[in-house]
Amino acid sequence: MRILIIITFFFSFDVLADVIIVPPSDNAQERIQEALILANPGDEVHLTSGTYSIEDGLSLDIDNIILSGEGHENTILDFTDQITGAQGLLVTSNEVMLKDFAIINTKGDAIKAIGSHGIYFINLRTEWTGGPKSSNGAYGLYPVQSKDVLIDGCIAIGASDAGIYVGQSENIIVRNSRTEFNVAGIEIENSYYADVYNNIAQHNTGGILVFDLPDLPQQGGHHIRVFNNQILDNDTDNFAPEGNIVGEVPRGTGIIIMANSDVEIFDNDISGNGTMNIAIVSYSYEEAIDATDYYPHPRGIQVHDNRLSNSGFNPDMDKEIAAIVKDLAKETMPDIFWDGVLPLTQMIFGQPNEDRLVLMDNIDSSFMAIKPIQYMLSIPNPVTRDSIDFRGNIKPLDAVTIDLPSRYND
Amino acid sequence: MTKKVATKICIVFLFLSCNIYASVNEEAILSDDYPSTLSEFGFFSDQAKQIPEADVLPYSLITPLFSDYANKNRFVYVPQGQTAEYQNNDVFKFPIGSVLIKTFSYKKKNVNNSEKQLIETRLLLNKKNGWNAVTYVWNKNQDEAFLNIAGKTVLTEYFDESGMPINIRYRVPNKNQCKECHLKNNSLVPIGPKPRNLNRMVHYSDGPMNQLLKWETMNLTAENHEDIPSVADFTNSNESLDKRARAYLDINCGHCHSKTGSANTTGLYLNLNESNKKSIGIFKPPVAAGRGTGSFKYSIVPGNPDQSILLYRMISGEPDIMMPESGRAIAHQEGIDLIREWITAME
Repeated sequence: MRILIIITFFFSFDVLADVIIVPPSDNAQERIQEALILANPGDEVHLTSGTYSIEDGLSLDIDNIILSGEGHENTILDFTDQITGAQGLLVTSNEVMLKDFAIINTKGDAIKAIGSHGIYFINLRTEWTGGPKSSNGAYGLYPVQSKDVLIDGCIAIGASDAGIYVGQSENIIVRNSRTEFNVAGIEIENSYYADVYNNIAQHNTGGILVFDLPDLPQQGGHHIRVFNNQILDNDTDNFAPEGNIVGEVPRGTGIIIMANSDVEIFDNDISGNGTMNIAIVSYSYEEAIDATDYYPHPRGIQVHDNRLSNSGFNPDMDKEIAAIVKDLAKETMPDIFWDGVLPLTQMIFGQPNEDRLVLMDNIDSSFMAIKPIQYMLSIPNPVTRDSIDFRGNIKPLDAVTIDLPSRYND
Repeated sequence: MTKKVATKICIVFLFLSCNIYASVNEEAILSDDYPSTLSEFGFFSDQAKQIPEADVLPYSLITPLFSDYANKNRFVYVPQGQTAEYQNNDVFKFPIGSVLIKTFSYKKKNVNNSEKQLIETRLLLNKKNGWNAVTYVWNKNQDEAFLNIAGKTVLTEYFDESGMPINIRYRVPNKNQCKECHLKNNSLVPIGPKPRNLNRMVHYSDGPMNQLLKWETMNLTAENHEDIPSVADFTNSNESLDKRARAYLDINCGHCHSKTGSANTTGLYLNLNESNKKSIGIFKPPVAAGRGTGSFKYSIVPGNPDQSILLYRMISGEPDIMMPESGRAIAHQEGIDLIREWITAME
């Protein structure tokens, strides 16, 4: 009897998990959308090779679904003629895996996932094929307010904000991905616990941004590790539509850390960035003044064992921060820059030890920090260039782990 | 029991059962599956003319959501013997088995012709597992509406006030798109029938009556609450500009743009209860707006509507810029005029 029950269970389980195959067709949007609505949890919706021309945005709201293609060069969802939808694909459900397809030329964002607990982007490509333009959509891969976010083996090209943008999320891995010709390659914003590693960020305006902004449901971003990445030759002019915070990023910036806590940057190759390789800054806009529960300064930042070279050769003087650094740095632009801005009491009496910026073993790097009081009082040469003052013990942050549901492990 | 009495009882029974049969199909409402046609619910005595059964009551909102100038016929059904509960500042709490019905249509031909082209009838059904959204799309013959799950494009036209035909690519929303707007704290809820948006005189077939009072006399609601506020009618220039603008933003934007709605990622809250100036958009920078900024720095710049992102996105028809994101293909000129006036008057 027990055996029978077990057999029945397996049999019914097998029957329940369907693979729904959708080939390219004239009414591709309706076919795919219908499959994504009628699928049952556990099903896979599979898009065969070919180009699907789509006019209206797609959405998925069923848990535990795989949406798959046959490779990001073979299964292509082409939104060039899109008429409706703020994005190409919107995911609002949990434990969803998207893999092996491309989404190109959406009017807005390519793929957005909101409030998703378990969202896995595997071997996807998002691209605007006309090169960097301010009319391109803002984000390629865009999980927001999500938990257990895995982005692995993806390619993001041409986004007018960030190729990969993780916002207000928690427990995040971004790895083995390539971002190029975006304004920001990878951006981790207002998020907790992220590992960003083994990625290539090249020919963007800025390579990797770790930001925290005020007046949002989730703020106080912390515990971000950025390691083992190649952040090279980010040399594309900033093409973000004005009014967006990334519009302030100077062309040729490797990494920017803004207003986050507990960030560890290590073992990266950062080179060929014409403004500077690493910038550590406060959120110094007036919005920070009356924001509630918001700390606008970076703290607990550790930068160590990176290989830095060849930066500052072509600073983007149109951007305020680059102009300030260039003005203070004179002939020698720094690899690593800290704006030195702190709460007034800390500027006078010093920072708590655990909040200090720590710099260790960054090969061949030059450094500059502003001395803000001297700067405000217009005292000449208000900077320090000696990174020895910033030596300290590295306290490694914990690695992020994501437990994929068992069916996703093969 | 005499034969005569027995016959009478039989007739009464027959009459009663006929009545039940002719009335709303509660089984269809509560079923896990949706019937394939609208008529199976039995909401209407004449469906094509949108004449409801006696226990299905038409209602209207003081300030409604704009939907591409479509006419909307709204109806509410509450199971007999049950009532909806008054909720402070919120939609009535309807009992299980209740349905909100909304038929979208356009006037045919020209202004003098009252004949309508029915497009779709959307239902919000309060089942045992909560509210469910579904829509039925009308056929060409206009004699039946059929279940639609995946959404549909309807190419049609409407006639503006001068009688000019305007082409429109009307989008019937799919199930997921219904949820995008109707989501609150991760469950689906109705948006419109808040007491404050119903509190006004309405002309019924038996004369004018305050809508909330009518609901009470129909036993849709249990008790009348005094001092229920009314939202402003956004078209009524006797009301204050601020009240009209906030009423308009509340019903058109506030369901997503609230702390519990799906646009709370933005930090922009346009629901009527929000009082923080920055959260309403005043000198609030955008978060993830992309091209939606229109190169402007703030959602609202007081005195300067043409540098306010909020207005820019109301005007735009581009899918990644326009607001709301779905449910509109054309701009709402009256709404734009109102918000422009409101921002201009701000200090």
